[in-house]
Amino acid sequence: MQVDIKTTDIHPVRQTFSQVARRIGEGKAASRYQEATLDMQPTTNWHYRPLWEPERHVFDPRRTNIVMADWYAFKDPRHYYYGVYTMARAKQQEGADKQFEFAEKRNLFGGLDDAARDALVTALIPLRHYEWGSNMNNTYCCAYGYGTAVTQACNYAAMDRLGIAQYLSRIGLLLDGNQGSALEAGKQAWLNDPAWQGVRRVLENLFVTKDWFELFVAQNLVFDGLLYPLMFRHYVDAASPRTGNALAMLTEFMNDWYAETTRWVDATVRTAADESPENRARLAGWVSAWRDEVQRALAPLATLALGEQGPAVLAAVRDEFDTRIARLGIKS
Amino acid sequence: MNAATPFAPTASRAPVFISLVTNDISRGIVEAIVADNPEATVTEYPAMVKIDAPGRLVIKRATVEEQLGRQWDVQELHLNLISLSGNIDETDEEFSLQWGARA
Repeated sequence: MQVDIKTTDIHPVRQTFSQVARRIGEGKAASRYQEATLDMQPTTNWHYRPLWEPERHVFDPRRTNIVMADWYAFKDPRHYYYGVYTMARAKQQEGADKQFEFAEKRNLFGGLDDAARDALVTALIPLRHYEWGSNMNNTYCCAYGYGTAVTQACNYAAMDRLGIAQYLSRIGLLLDGNQGSALEAGKQAWLNDPAWQGVRRVLENLFVTKDWFELFVAQNLVFDGLLYPLMFRHYVDAASPRTGNALAMLTEFMNDWYAETTRWVDATVRTAADESPENRARLAGWVSAWRDEVQRALAPLATLALGEQGPAVLAAVRDEFDTRIARLGIKS
Repeated sequence: MNAATPFAPTASRAPVFISLVTNDISRGIVEAIVADNPEATVTEYPAMVKIDAPGRLVIKRATVEEQLGRQWDVQELHLNLISLSGNIDETDEEFSLQWGARA
């Protein structure tokens, strides 16, 4: 008896959901990111207008002055959808946890003198309030933004900010031996120390910025773009040797996160700018307005954190930022 | 895009191929190959995708990373590799197939 083994090629009737196929073309396999992103947000068949803003729909592209023909032109270069995002962060969390465990077990902050400890409490710990504010702002962008391509990534960014605030709190608890006094002192610095009032004022102004894309630019591009290199790179580099480099180790996540998130922020801003000259002009206006305000706000903080070096470091950070803006094709 | 890579004057045009398991990751790799090798032809088989190219076929790390949205080590290719033909040249940046001597 002879047995012929044949293979049968069965083609699935559909490769993906119809709303994804309409965008990427019929008969093409879609990535998970595309399936979890493209046209996920409802656009039609509203029954009621929101009571809190009856002149608009629940999801309404008119909540920003940025105009896009297609809001799914935005792409997260990290391809983050819920699954990939949570797996990536879980992995990073494991690494960071190990570092905190190590710092605690070896009592890495034990050798700090009181002056160095106080310096950390006033210059670094108040950033947890900045992070909480950034969480609010990214949540706002997610709530009032348009199109899943932007809003889901904003929500991930918002969760990241809470995570960073928690890491900062843990550094505070390491500094005060789990008493919570460093966190309380940090809060008092945030509320009363003159060096922090500029940052706090800009952050609170962002809370009442209505245009969500302006808020996105001001928070994620400008504010973070100046504050993160200043505090998490230059300040940590300067303060770290006194802590036996424990500080550098415990803020590694923030630096990694910033480098990663920058890719998404830049891609988003570039996509909006490339859409039309009007968008580009609007973005340029926002960037230049917020950049100077943020720089002024950061000046006293730079001096508090880095002493005499402060102004020069801040100027260098600003130069770097201007190069980044120019690369994005925004003239400001 | 291939123009950037030097060819030997007598570079062989003999066909090379690579075949990969069909899955989410190799879809990104295939997209990258198609972008970097204008002459490549993609044929899909059950659970396998085969890419033929005359002369030379290159897989670039940067292009694959763009497609996958994450860092990608060229050696990860082997996780999805079924078979290939041609002499292999593998660096941190790219993986290429070609017959005979190269520049």
